[in-house]
Order: sequence, then structure tokens, then C-alpha cells
Amino acid sequence: MKKTKNIAELQEIARRMRIDVLKMIHLAGSGHPGGSLSAADIIVSLFFSIMNHSPEYKKLDARDKFVLSKGHAAPILYAVLAECGYFPREDLWTLRKLDSHLSGHPYAPSTPGVEVTTGSLGQGLSQANGIALSDRLDKHDTNVYCLMGDGEMQEGQVWEAAMSAAHYKLGSLIAFLDGNELQIDGWVKDIMNVEPLDKKWESFGWHVQRINGHDFTAIMGAVEEAKKVKDKPSMIICNTVKGKGVSFMERLAKWHGTAPNSDELRRALAELGAE
Amino acid sequence: MAVELSLRDFYGKTLVELGKKNPNVVVLDCDLSGSTRTSLFAKEFPARFFNMGVAEQDMIGTAAGLAAGGKIPFASTFAIFATGRGWEQIRQSVCYPQANVKIVASHGGVTVGPDGPSHQAGEDVAIMRAIPGMTVIVPADAYDTAAAVRAAEEFTGPVYIRLTRDKFPVIYEESRKFEIGRATTMKNGSDVTFITCGLMTHAALIAAEKLTQLGKSAAVLDMGTIKPLDEPAVLKAALETGAIVTAEEHNIIGGLGGAVAEAVSGNVPVPVVRVGLPDQYFSSGTPEELLEAAGLTPEHLVEAAMRAINLKRGGKA
Repeated sequence: MKKTKNIAELQEIARRMRIDVLKMIHLAGSGHPGGSLSAADIIVSLFFSIMNHSPEYKKLDARDKFVLSKGHAAPILYAVLAECGYFPREDLWTLRKLDSHLSGHPYAPSTPGVEVTTGSLGQGLSQANGIALSDRLDKHDTNVYCLMGDGEMQEGQVWEAAMSAAHYKLGSLIAFLDGNELQIDGWVKDIMNVEPLDKKWESFGWHVQRINGHDFTAIMGAVEEAKKVKDKPSMIICNTVKGKGVSFMERLAKWHGTAPNSDELRRALAELGAE
Repeated sequence: MAVELSLRDFYGKTLVELGKKNPNVVVLDCDLSGSTRTSLFAKEFPARFFNMGVAEQDMIGTAAGLAAGGKIPFASTFAIFATGRGWEQIRQSVCYPQANVKIVASHGGVTVGPDGPSHQAGEDVAIMRAIPGMTVIVPADAYDTAAAVRAAEEFTGPVYIRLTRDKFPVIYEESRKFEIGRATTMKNGSDVTFITCGLMTHAALIAAEKLTQLGKSAAVLDMGTIKPLDEPAVLKAALETGAIVTAEEHNIIGGLGGAVAEAVSGNVPVPVVRVGLPDQYFSSGTPEELLEAAGLTPEHLVEAAMRAINLKRGGKA
């Protein structure tokens, strides 16, 4: 994969990916726009600027790997994988349809580029740890990236995995936390407070950074910092905006799991400058 | 008195054998490696052994990740914790994507004994069997265990193997080969067939001897794989003997008895008398006391067989 550090290019890719996400979810008639839009800039940075990956690579090749632990953000992952050439872009319009290889949540056996199966929250980090351990046994000099949600921090398994990643000194593991502050029922702080997240992760033995998750320079810089830390897993807590890029979706729990209707899609695409 | 050997000892020894043969074999445990005998592997291959602490969900997920990297993880702890604490992780991260993870759990059933109901797994087979894409194996003795573990390593896909704390009487030869999904005929007979797994296969062989003295001929079919069930063997037994008794050290609901009844009812509806743990919690006690209390004895199997034979003649239960 050709990588770019050009911010304007990354912004342009992210804009187009957000458009694809909204079209996909509209056509599916269901799905989760809010968390795909908040995670878009992180995932675009990973696949177009940071990770060593390619649709040409074989499963067991030494390569960077990505685990989407917050599996409900599948649409943004699918849009990015299609853009990278893992499968045809037309497939995106079959999201959530019977016989489509694009399930509502990531399913590794059916979708090229999806490493492990997620969708039940809290299970991705353990799997990312397992991949990192496997890569270590194979002496691969590669990184494993894992994207989690802030509501997901309420799952106990996350903290089991946080402990084991630090215990096994998984320096190759770099996790992102999409801190959009909202979950289905409302604000995370009202439903079940998870803060202070930086102190929690630090106390579990992780190297922690906190950045603006919509700032490409900050995302790339944080990963460079994280790569320098060899004896600890890294957590990059990203302050993000749920529904980012569509004014009427931003910071509203309603858009966690609601598909835009035709009128809403038209307005959203207009804001994103879709042709 | 038959020779008794420990299933978990043979599990540990077989892991070491597989570890030497295949560098992709890795092992995980949840702070019970001494009990499950994965400690034998840990000693031999420390870099390929991962103690996950008392965290079953993370162990299952980590195993799934290792499998994604091409490893063959064997994940072990007690049966109740492996299947209960990690059930949804087993469903979501292992079985749904068909990750090549082997879950080998010790301390199944009531023969766990004095630790009491918190540690006695009577539901594990039922809840593993309910997950699509899971293979469920309950070995009958130590040699069967070694053979089943070898078969699981060669097989691609999720496998659950249930072992026990107690030693079992040896009924197989050391050269035993385990074929996943194939029942083993231990004894032929014409009046009734015992379909059994685990410790109850030995009990059924004793019961069959007792039945001979009563003038009845009982077959014994060891159903080492509960899922996928060897349906042809079950239906053949139903056709040939016309009555079936199932026996297992597991809750009467949802285990081997349930699987056999499901297979028989829609195909060759003959009487199926199920012997298993009553749907209740037991207590602390010795394995012998608990087996007696649960009715998992050769004497009780003889009664069950007589009842099944009577039922096929149109008699009342």
C-alpha cells in the first residue's frame, strides 16, 4: 500500500470515507453512523499513513494488523478496506444484506482484511494481545493496532486484557480509544462513568497519551511516540466527536444506531460536499 | 479391580508430546496449571505457555488471537470456569469465526468431590453443545484422553474436551486411536444398548455383565464425541436392540442423553432411558458418595436397562 503523510490528502480520503459510510448505512436501513464518523480519522490514518499492510499479503506474512474491537463501527472499516483494494467498492452497498460478505459487525472468515471477529464489546483487545503474542513467537517486527470505544470500557474483559498486555510487555501493541463520550443510552458519564481513563490505563501499566482524534498530525505523532516504547503496550486516548462531520449528527446519542433516511442522507452528503 | 489412570496426567503428557512435534502448539491456563497438568508443557516450553491469571474471558480471547496468527492454542482451566465464565467469548471469538482453539477443561462432573457445587460442572457439555461449530468430546479413560487430544490437534476448528479430577478405570489400550465423530462399540448385545461417555462407559460395561446374569444381552457404545454425534451408530443401535439407555456424569438436561434422544425421536423412535445427574446442585463429598447420590452406578444402570427393555415391549415405565 502506498502511504501518505500529506494532511490534505488524508482529510480528503476521510471525507470520502464518511460519505461512503452514510450511503452504506442508509442503503442497509440500519447501522451505527455516530461511532463510524467519530473513528473515521483514526482508521484512515492507520490504513493510509501508518500501517504496513496490503491486500496482496498472505494471512501469515509479517505485517501490521488492525482489530476493530468496537465492531459496530464496521462501516468505516469496510469503506477503508474497499478503498485499499481488499474488495470491490460496489460491495459496500450490500452491507447487512443476506448473502453479503459485509456483516453488521466484522466477521473475519467472510471479509478480506478483517483479522478477527468482533461485535460483542470488550473482546477485541484480548484477541489483539493474542495476535501480538503470536507475532512475537514468529519474531515479526510488526505492530498490532486495536480500536476500542469509551462505552466499551465498561466491559470487564477489557481490564483483564489490559492487565495481560502489560504483564506480557506487549510493546508492539498500540491501542486507540475512540472517546466520543456517548453510548446508546446517553452520555457515558451518566450511564456508567469510565473516567479518569488516562489514570486507569497508566495504573494498569500502559504508556498513555491523550490527543485530538480528528487531528491527523497528532494521530501520526502519537503512533511515532508509542512505537518508541518497547516494554509496554500503548494507549492513545482520542478525544472525538460522535457523528463528526455531519452537523445534525454530532454529539447526539440518537445517531449511535440510527440509519439516515433519504432526506437526512441528502443533507449529510451536502455538508460533506458529495458530488 | 481395573487399573486407574489420571486423564489430566495424560493430557499434560500428550501436550508435551505435541509441543515437541509441532512448534505452533501453544498453551494457556488460568492459574490452575498444576491441576490441569498444563504445567508439564509450561516446564518444557516456557515461551509457548501463557498463564493468564484468573481471567477466563481474556484467556479465550487471547487464544483466538493466537489462532489468528496460525498457532494451535490449547486453553485449560476447570470445566465450570472455562465454559461458564468464557461462554460468550467461546461463541463470539472462537466458534463463530471457527478459530482453531482447543479448550481442554479438567474437573468436569461431580467427581470433583469435596470442593462442592461451585466447582462441580454439570452443565458444560450442554452449553458447549448449544454453540454452532463446536466439537464436544468426553473421553472415557486416560488413553482415550491422549488419543482425543492428538485428534484435536490434527483437526482444524474449535474443540471442547472435558476431563475430570479423578482417575478413571482404564478400558482402552494404550494404542487407542480417537476418531472425532465416531462411536466405539465396546460390547455387542441384542436387548438394549448403553450409549455412554466418560466414566459411565466403564460403569456400563459392569452393568452389561450383571445383565448377562439376568439373561439380558446389553450392547455398550462409547460415544466419545457428543457433537457431532455419530447418528448412524445411534440409529443402528436403536434398530438392532430397540431400546437405549444413555449414561453420563452430566446434568440430565442437554448432554449426551439429550443428543441421543434428539437423534432417535425423529428417526427410529425407540425408548430412551436417560441416566445422568439429576437437575440439581449436589454438595461436598467424596466422588463415590456423590456418584451414589446421583444414581450413577452400575446397579442403577441395570435398573434403567430393565426399564428400557420393558418399555419396548409396550410396558409401563
